[in-house]
Amino acid sequence: MSLPRRHVTALLVAGALTAGLAGCASGAPGATGGSTAAAGGSTTPALTGTITVFAAASLKATFTKLASDFEAEHPGTKIALNFAGSSDLVTQITQGAPADVFASADTKNMTKLTDAKLTDGAPANFATNTLEIAVPPSNPASISSFADLARPGVKVVVCAPQVPCGAATDTVEKATGTTLAPVSEESSVTDVLGKVTSGEADAGLVYVTDVKTAGAKIKGIPFPESDQAVNTYPIATVGTSQNKELAAAFIATVTGSEGKKVLSDAGFGTP
Amino acid sequence: MNRRSGTGYTGIPPWIYAIAAAGAVFVLLPLVAMVAKVNWPQFIPLITSESSLTALGLSLRTSATSTAACVVLGVPLALVLARSPFPGQRLLRAFVLLPLVLPPVVGGIALLYTFGRQGLLGRSLEMAGIQIAFSTTAVVLAQTFVALPFLVVSLEGALRTAGNKYEAVAATLGARPSTVLRRVTIPLVLPGLASGAVLSFARSLGEFGATLTFAGSLQGVTRTLPLEIYLQRETDADAAVALSLLLVAVAVAVVGLSYRRPRVDAAPEGAFR
Repeated sequence: MSLPRRHVTALLVAGALTAGLAGCASGAPGATGGSTAAAGGSTTPALTGTITVFAAASLKATFTKLASDFEAEHPGTKIALNFAGSSDLVTQITQGAPADVFASADTKNMTKLTDAKLTDGAPANFATNTLEIAVPPSNPASISSFADLARPGVKVVVCAPQVPCGAATDTVEKATGTTLAPVSEESSVTDVLGKVTSGEADAGLVYVTDVKTAGAKIKGIPFPESDQAVNTYPIATVGTSQNKELAAAFIATVTGSEGKKVLSDAGFGTP
Repeated sequence: MNRRSGTGYTGIPPWIYAIAAAGAVFVLLPLVAMVAKVNWPQFIPLITSESSLTALGLSLRTSATSTAACVVLGVPLALVLARSPFPGQRLLRAFVLLPLVLPPVVGGIALLYTFGRQGLLGRSLEMAGIQIAFSTTAVVLAQTFVALPFLVVSLEGALRTAGNKYEAVAATLGARPSTVLRRVTIPLVLPGLASGAVLSFARSLGEFGATLTFAGSLQGVTRTLPLEIYLQRETDADAAVALSLLLVAVAVAVVGLSYRRPRVDAAPEGAFR
């Protein structure tokens, strides 16, 4: 008799524990929101507090610089950065990740956020990016034009059509009537770059800015057909932000003259 | 079974059940959450789309091949590690088990520098006309690399548990080493070998990072089910969830298979002692 009762106690404890766990799970986003609120609560006319900026992976170098410049200009502020693929970031924000600013590598992913009514005001376009052919420094397949990529025997790596750089590749292919037979369709532009820098592929299609970042490890070959597919980068304040003043100030820096300079130095175009 | 019903005593304090239940919930809850997210009306069309079926077929084919490779390479490795002490054995074991703890993407990078075009062996292979990068062979290599330790660990454990008494007896009766291996050792550890192979298969099926880094991603050639899920997630969350559930179902079936076997076969072994 005593044994079953103890089992019941055990089960009850188990139930309580799981309920506790469930409580944790559902409480988490709220809790983080709360801490952001605390940070934002001390907002005064002068900018203070912390914001979290979710930015497309291709913005890593430029946004890191812009954020540290911004912090230096406005003591007491802190810009936390989170870089990933734009579609990952949108998913995270719609699932309740505490973002204050979202900068996307394409309008499609920003539209997902505006459709979900999760932006504060209309997004602003702040940069453009176009494709460029990336080859290993020795250019083993002697690539000099977009049409060369379709030559038999050339190992070309592109992005899959599901991701922005792949969609751009698709557009260029259609506009030029060239059909590529890639050996791999990667899920991100960094994976394409990796296959080229390691010498596995003869050529890859990446962004102009990626070629610039990669430096001497790869050689970029611009091609005129690339202007058929121009990717526009929009930026917006996330609707749930607890510090919209700071978010707006950072966006102003990105879209302003300072942002323009840093972005164009990295190879981005102006929209 | 018999031993337990003899006393009815499990030796487990009741509070352990509470923590065990919490542990089980921790593992099961995410699965439940995923099942709850499945778009059921679209489930069948989503998992039977051409790209899904191609990915599933490729996954099953490559996993079966890499499991076979694991058995071929892993059985001798386990035998050497379990039976014959030699200098550097501990070190060898540590390195064989390394892929267990290595992030798969690191494994992919290592494989790239081994079998890639510019790699250690890849350059000679390329001259011999063999190209591994971006081929299904690359997928199998990546899977074998990450799955091999599972087979070696299970089999080495089984070999140590079985001991070498029967082998010694067979040898004194005049059986040559190869005969002992074939007639005594392997049959004795067959359950361990089977569960090791099943675990290797399951690990191969879930392989993602090394494949993505080393083999690339092309439908029908290198895009296995996990890579397809990763890609679908970019545009079609419903498809990604449906495919994830499919992968979970296959994995559960495979692992379930593995954990029934040893228990059934362990009974007579225990009775011997």
